[in-house]
Amino acid sequence: MDFTLRIWRQKNAKSKGHFETYEVKNISPDSSFLEMLDILNEQLIHEGMDPVAVERGCQSSGPVSFDHDCREGICGACSLYINGRAHGPDDEVTTCQLHMRKFKDKDIITVEPWRSKGFPVIKDLVVDRRAFDKILQAGGFISVGTGGVPDGNAILISHETAEESMDGAACIGCGACVATCKNGSAMLFVAARVSSLALLPQGKIEGAKRAKAMVAKMDELGFGSCTNTRACEMECPKHVTVSHIARLNREFLSAKFKD
Amino acid sequence: MAEKLISKIPEGPLSEKWTKHKSQLRVVNPGNKRKLEIIVIGTGLGGASAAASLGELGYNVKVFCISDSPRRAHSIAAQGGINAAKNYQNDNDSVYRLFYETIKGGDYRSREANVYRLAEVSGNIIDQCVAQGVPFAREYGGMLANRSFGGAQVSRTFYARGQTGQQLLLGAYAALNRQIAEGTVKSYPRHEMLDIVLINGEAKGIIARNLVTGEIERFGAHAVVLASGGYGNTYFLSTNAMNSNGSAAWQCYKKGAFFANPCFAQIHPTCIPVHGDQQSKLTLMSESLRNDGRIWVPKKKEDVMKLRRHEIKPTDIPEEDRDYYLERRYPAFGNLVPRDVASRAAKERCDAGYGVNETGLAVFLDFSTAIARLGVDKIRERYGNLFQMYEKITATNPYKEPMMIYPAIHYTMGGLWVDYNLQTTIPGLYAIGEANFSDHGGNRLGASALMQGLADGYFILPYTIGDYLATQFKNPKTDTNAPEFEEAEKAVRAKIDRLLSIKGKHTVDELHKKLGHIMWEYVGMARNEAGLKKAIELIQELRKEFWADVYVAGDKDNFNQELEKALRLADFLEIGELMARDALNRKESCGGHFREEMQTEDGETLRDDKNFMYVATWEYKGENETPELHKEPLNYENIKIATRNYKD
Repeated sequence: MDFTLRIWRQKNAKSKGHFETYEVKNISPDSSFLEMLDILNEQLIHEGMDPVAVERGCQSSGPVSFDHDCREGICGACSLYINGRAHGPDDEVTTCQLHMRKFKDKDIITVEPWRSKGFPVIKDLVVDRRAFDKILQAGGFISVGTGGVPDGNAILISHETAEESMDGAACIGCGACVATCKNGSAMLFVAARVSSLALLPQGKIEGAKRAKAMVAKMDELGFGSCTNTRACEMECPKHVTVSHIARLNREFLSAKFKD
Repeated sequence: MAEKLISKIPEGPLSEKWTKHKSQLRVVNPGNKRKLEIIVIGTGLGGASAAASLGELGYNVKVFCISDSPRRAHSIAAQGGINAAKNYQNDNDSVYRLFYETIKGGDYRSREANVYRLAEVSGNIIDQCVAQGVPFAREYGGMLANRSFGGAQVSRTFYARGQTGQQLLLGAYAALNRQIAEGTVKSYPRHEMLDIVLINGEAKGIIARNLVTGEIERFGAHAVVLASGGYGNTYFLSTNAMNSNGSAAWQCYKKGAFFANPCFAQIHPTCIPVHGDQQSKLTLMSESLRNDGRIWVPKKKEDVMKLRRHEIKPTDIPEEDRDYYLERRYPAFGNLVPRDVASRAAKERCDAGYGVNETGLAVFLDFSTAIARLGVDKIRERYGNLFQMYEKITATNPYKEPMMIYPAIHYTMGGLWVDYNLQTTIPGLYAIGEANFSDHGGNRLGASALMQGLADGYFILPYTIGDYLATQFKNPKTDTNAPEFEEAEKAVRAKIDRLLSIKGKHTVDELHKKLGHIMWEYVGMARNEAGLKKAIELIQELRKEFWADVYVAGDKDNFNQELEKALRLADFLEIGELMARDALNRKESCGGHFREEMQTEDGETLRDDKNFMYVATWEYKGENETPELHKEPLNYENIKIATRNYKD
């Protein structure tokens, strides 16, 4: 398969970015989207090696930088806004699990970084998501140290509760929800953690305090507010639903009542 | 130098060694802990749990990872579960049984005392994770659920769907976040350790590259903990994450830490087969699938041919024409034999011409029997995310057709040599998790990597490192202006400048793929003397080609992923040679290391206990010099050495 790629290039956080257009050919439909970008990068590196081409005015900006690691949809490193959708046209996958068979031969594909105030661009398609770490540091944990804990079976948790908690815990922290939200809100990310812990007896104790601290940190870091458009759950690769946001709101309100 | 290999295994009966040892370890009082600094490299299960636990104790911790967040370390990708000897199922599990099965699974090439301790603390890990809010699977009555894994005859694996590694890592990462918020731990994401700094022969700091700005930075401490994972990516294609690498451990080796059993690499039997030469990595399908999946190939060659030509579907082949070869060869364990055994059996069938895809390198993993017995919903609940992942990658629905799988490089049992305290041969330098060699011998059992990472990080290192730090609290903060730091930084800068100045004709990935081919061909699932000698030659040639003709795009004062890859490949090109050298030295077959010259009549591994019951430990002797082999003998005082038998 052959494709025309329009890719966002940006040297660093300070410089202005722009789109560049590239052609890639003979891509296997079984290749993943990132493998296709690997092939583009090999091509760009070879162009950069060729002094004749460089002299002719072929100004290669070098390979395209993009975040990726596990390439099996679990580490949350890969991102990319592909043809206007976070993680591209397939549902419930991350970009690394998107395969070229989901496109048509000769398609024009536009690739952009996450665009959000909370995630400044580092280079090309790579963004800085440290804000997510900071939100979790504000309270996304149960205050328990190593050692001195009861037997695992001393805390009984119903099958259904454990499963529901797991639904929220499945969040991989990729940021697709933020990138998709017109307000740039991190509500689904925050809610997934708050709700997952609040469902469990061990996490319930700090539930209200946790909700309040994490929401405050989210606001402080420049993420927008939630206006219930539900775009986030549409693009979440791990199928985290807005029901977690409802639970977050409950925890948050109970914290406010206590104030 | 051999006197450096003092394993410090405590005297006394096996079950009392750890308790006794703990009581003899020195401790540092709280006031002095505040004066001490520790560097932790890596934030997987080992690194995150160690950094959090050390922070809780009151030490000043600096933790480094190459990703943009500690949560992305490759432990996150572990799917199936974590072992613990809880005996919740009343199936006669015990610390001893977990210990015994781990030693046997490792083909009698791991240390008794270390493995026993691992089994001993395994139960605490589950308790700890539950307290952190890890949503382990539960039975309807609210109790923790278990499943079975390869190499075990009891059900002791705890799990959170097919995302156990993710959930355990999020637990450790949460504990780490809590310490970061409290100020005991400082986190350095997107930082890569490029060298270890020794002062008076002891580990006192690192040189790291800030991957965003390209700055070379110095960090000092009183001790350094390496939790940087394994070196499986030497093979280019593996189930490891793209950025997983052996460089941090390798720098330690080159500064004097001995490297143990480098040839012990695990080849995982259930991975999605290679689709073509555009492939960048291989995806694992969890071993837990072997609880309910049955592995088979057709009995008849004509069916194989029809499958390859897509004339028939696997479901068209009647039951009597299917060869469930694991159930046939290993009746006692069936589909749940250890990984090395299952991988070789798949290779044997494919080599004999029974591979079921176009390349002939695939076997079936079939759930139809389990679906008929349990229903689709139960199977979806157990493995839903794995089935979805499979379907997205292959465009085939595994609820309807069997999966196709083939073995792939997955884990490295070898690593930095450590004593019972997890200290390397460099004082003050500790190695935990996959980065060390200590617990898995020649083959790691499934669901034991998570167990080891968390055992080391939560319950072992926080005690043993105190014994060293008790000698350090009178020392002032490490001065990063010391000449040793100066020199190490200079060397790192020179290496980067040299790489960027070559401007050759080959990309980093092209050369890495070449290395991968050599490794898979000659240092892969089956090895022999001639092949290993050839591999050493080929790797040496490739290394020359790399340093003469690689092209590293971009510059050093920027975010530059090509430079990151080039630095890692430079080390893989040396690690690969040591792996081949170690495999050549070990003229026996054991665990994942299969020497074709050493096999039984029916193709099983043949150990040579008389000559090779030792840890092969290598000492660096300088560039292009042959490393020196030291042997740590393995003594089995409690377990009777036997031929591994999974047949009856």
